[in-house]
Amino acid sequence: MLYDALIAPFTEFEFMRRALAAVIALALGGGPIGVFLMLRRMSLVGDAMAHAILPGAAIGFLLSGLNLFAMTTGGLIAGFAVAILAGAVARSTEMKEDASLATFYLLSLALGVTIVSIKGTNIDLLHVLFGNILAMDDPTLLVIAANATITLLVLAVIYRPLVIESVDPVFLRTVSRAGAPSHLLFLALVVINLVNGFQALGTLLAVGLMILPAGIARFWSRDITGMICIAVVSAILSGYAGLVLSFETKVPSGPAIILVAAALYVSSVLFGSVGGLFRQMFPGRHLEA
Amino acid sequence: MTAQVKFRDVTLGYDRHPAVHHLDGEVVSGALLAVIGPNGAGKSTLFRGLVGILKPLAGSIVTGGLDARDIAYLPQTADIDRSFPISVYDFVGTGLWRSTGFFGGLGKGARDKIAHALAAVGLNGFENRPIGTLSGGQMQRMLFARVLLQDARLIVLDEPFNAIDARTSADLLDLVRRWHAEKRTVLAALHDMELVRSHFPEALLLARGPVAWGATAEVLTAENLLEARRMCEAFDDSAAACAVHDLPSRAA
Repeated sequence: MLYDALIAPFTEFEFMRRALAAVIALALGGGPIGVFLMLRRMSLVGDAMAHAILPGAAIGFLLSGLNLFAMTTGGLIAGFAVAILAGAVARSTEMKEDASLATFYLLSLALGVTIVSIKGTNIDLLHVLFGNILAMDDPTLLVIAANATITLLVLAVIYRPLVIESVDPVFLRTVSRAGAPSHLLFLALVVINLVNGFQALGTLLAVGLMILPAGIARFWSRDITGMICIAVVSAILSGYAGLVLSFETKVPSGPAIILVAAALYVSSVLFGSVGGLFRQMFPGRHLEA
Repeated sequence: MTAQVKFRDVTLGYDRHPAVHHLDGEVVSGALLAVIGPNGAGKSTLFRGLVGILKPLAGSIVTGGLDARDIAYLPQTADIDRSFPISVYDFVGTGLWRSTGFFGGLGKGARDKIAHALAAVGLNGFENRPIGTLSGGQMQRMLFARVLLQDARLIVLDEPFNAIDARTSADLLDLVRRWHAEKRTVLAALHDMELVRSHFPEALLLARGPVAWGATAEVLTAENLLEARRMCEAFDDSAAACAVHDLPSRAA
């Protein structure tokens, strides 16, 4: 019975196995990225970047139909352009990163909508908006796995400067010039993972598999290594449980995954061992020293 | 004595307004120099220029052959995200950036160095504490431990003893004296004149422009201090371009 519900869907149906593989790859890349987004107070930046990608993907869709490669390329170009322009303006002027990003992603969104309306085709962008993790073909799966691999490799290279820049930016500026390049590379990784996510979850929910696991991790660990591990594990768990939920019920797969992650997040807020509400209400007797 | 730092008619500032105006002079290698002056005199600006995070508006600062990594800088209000989940040990360890860089591991030697640095500032037992749990004085001790690990030829401390209790500042002052004994060049911005008189052989009195620079006893005279106090702090928005002619451009 339990086997039928939890394991059989994956042994019986290839599309479920592919979906699970995709979700694991997404979790491995997106988990650490989400933790850094959260620690650098850039959680909403991820959301803004998701909007910035949308027009690029739409243009790709207009030019060559439902071709994931064209849509990914379009999304990457739009996302990179916005990320790099916003980052460059923030670093060379008084403009703060958030305001700078807001202007550029609005510009990108407006451009995208303009292009779509001038073209005038009545297209179904539902696929782009909500993704379809149950329709993973080989090339798509390979793209997702490759992107996750690239993410982990690049993150390993820029890990130290990224951590130091997050905690003490002036110090990094005085000992190394790696700050600005690693920040830009990090923004690029954010874009890559968003594009990765929108094939599975759609542009609107792609950011969910980065941000929610990071939020969960904050409630269970005090150090960054632990947070990254917990974020990855909870993302995989959400993905798996979401797929099962969507298989057994009528909930679409993308929202199901995010809903499971949200449920985990809520229970972490309540019962987390690091600053969870329950812990705060019943902290136990104070210590001697 | 060779010069470690040369200020060549340097003007530093923000938005074309000078905060340090036409400073000329040399800091010899191994000097222990106190930079004093009222608030807004340009002490922090001078240091920001010296460590290379602010470009001069005119003139130049030459740090004889020093790489950016040979300079340790402790800003006045360290812009540290105290909520970031990093332990005191790891934070102090970033001072070893010069030898570890992006990938270098922390070997036994490096771990010993970190342990020594923590002991030197009296933070034994704090290794695993998240930095957010430290008090102001403990934070300053931790930052000194990192400076210690940076093993720099030139050490720049911007008001290091502000809001620090007597015992902590005495401990940290011992470190400054130790650096001096090790022939490192140390510049410190300070407000405590007694401390400057008793521990710093050389002083620079700054009030946007240099008022006096030399042996501490000769700099800290009543007339000099009064003159420094007369400095006008505010920028004049309608100020004309500075009339002192820049020397013909010196290509570096």
